[in-house]
Amino acid sequence: MSFPDILRTAARSLTLPRLPALAILRRYGLLAAFLVLWQAASKTGWVNPAVFPPLDAIAAALWKGLSTGALLDDIAISLQRAGTAYAAAIAIGIPVGLLMGQIRLVEQALDPILQLFRQTSALALYPVFILLLGLGEASKIFVIFWATLFPILLATTGGVKEVDAKLVEMARSYGASRLTVFRRVILPAALPAIFIGLRLSATTALLLLIASEMIGANKGVGFQVMNAQYNFQIPLMFAAIFLLAGLGLLANALLVALQRRLCRWSDRTN
Amino acid sequence: MTSLQSGGLSLRNLSKGYALADRQLSVLNGINLDIEGGSSLAIVGASGSGKTTLLRILAGLEDPDRGGVTIDGTPVRGVGTERAVIFQEPRLLPWLTVLDNVAFGLEVRGTPRAEALERARHYVRLVGLSDFAGVWPRQLSGGMAQRVGIARALTVQPRILLLDEPFGALDAMTRLVMQEELVRIWGEEKVTMIVVTHDLEEAIYLADQVLVLPKGEDAPRLIETDLPRPRDRTSPAFVRQREALLREFGLH
Repeated sequence: MSFPDILRTAARSLTLPRLPALAILRRYGLLAAFLVLWQAASKTGWVNPAVFPPLDAIAAALWKGLSTGALLDDIAISLQRAGTAYAAAIAIGIPVGLLMGQIRLVEQALDPILQLFRQTSALALYPVFILLLGLGEASKIFVIFWATLFPILLATTGGVKEVDAKLVEMARSYGASRLTVFRRVILPAALPAIFIGLRLSATTALLLLIASEMIGANKGVGFQVMNAQYNFQIPLMFAAIFLLAGLGLLANALLVALQRRLCRWSDRTN
Repeated sequence: MTSLQSGGLSLRNLSKGYALADRQLSVLNGINLDIEGGSSLAIVGASGSGKTTLLRILAGLEDPDRGGVTIDGTPVRGVGTERAVIFQEPRLLPWLTVLDNVAFGLEVRGTPRAEALERARHYVRLVGLSDFAGVWPRQLSGGMAQRVGIARALTVQPRILLLDEPFGALDAMTRLVMQEELVRIWGEEKVTMIVVTHDLEEAIYLADQVLVLPKGEDAPRLIETDLPRPRDRTSPAFVRQREALLREFGLH
């Protein structure tokens, strides 16, 4: 039972009326309190406002960056890097994962080397990628691709391997060909597992994006975080950090919405 | 009366064994049997007697080591459109609605979707689930899910219906209702029905003949159970049949 579940059960056992306002308070109360505390601590001087500027200053910096278009350029280039890498990871990870899950020989051949690659931190390999691909876009996209490939690949492989053999046999008993079994049984059955990989990878993509933009970039949201700190534009630094958090939330929300649409039959969506 | 396309089966010298770690385990030893088209046969036997193996061979999901099966004179090779299997579990596809699950077999066999749905609708009605046609499998009870599995098998209009302990996972009450319904459907659809079961009463209630598979080398025995229908489980004739079957197992 997760913590919100416990709260929900507790609330029910106290027969509290299920007001929407109460539901909102339960869900976002702590978040609101955190933000209020931040604002108050900064304004009153509990914390050094030079390091933790008040939220209104951060909001103003964010607005200025967006309205002048300066941050928009950074967002665009960051999305392009992460998006290209993520798309490539999907384009390779899902087909190879499907193949590995279906054909034992392919899995046996690929698994050891993939396990080795997976266990090697993408960040540790970044210098290698820079040596190979230079300090430009290619190495940045490649390091994100590298890190996002494995969650998608392994989730897809696992999803295919866990498909109920009894369902496959049922389809076979109606004379389904291998291709039909794949299209009508294996693919839909593996879809929820594939989505777990996609959501994991989306988070990883943003993480690696920032890391790669902190080294040898002159644009991008990650670069802005670093650059604003160098120039002691702390509100702008926080604005860029909040922007990244927002991008992460947005990506996850999009994937959840897509999963809900494609996997309406499953109640594994959370 | 057996017409040429009636779903009659003929088993000749059917044998099957499995390789264990240290020895060869033979489960079916040269079974010979003729099953008339449109009749119903129950296969009973202790666990390990090979009753499910026999059904899987008839379904074409396993190959015999020796011997073979012909259906209306044609040798069986693998699965075929004249047969449909109902498994112990419903084996519904969780991402398809009840109606789409029932249409699945037809669609796999290349029937255009509109026609498949049309026919599926008829069989969903036949098993009494019209109100649930648009529902996901996870929302169904065990008995309802099994009915969907039955409807899916009937929709392909097989000449032979193969059932592997179809009601084994259901509660006692639901099982009785389902047995009654299966007999009704069997009467309407004029199919050959072969049921594997470990429930002797179920065997007598459903079948015209009961094949008792021994454990070991003894020859299988075929027992006629042609009581008038509808069958009354409490009638003296039914009880006598049951006792006769129990004697086959050395129980009395």
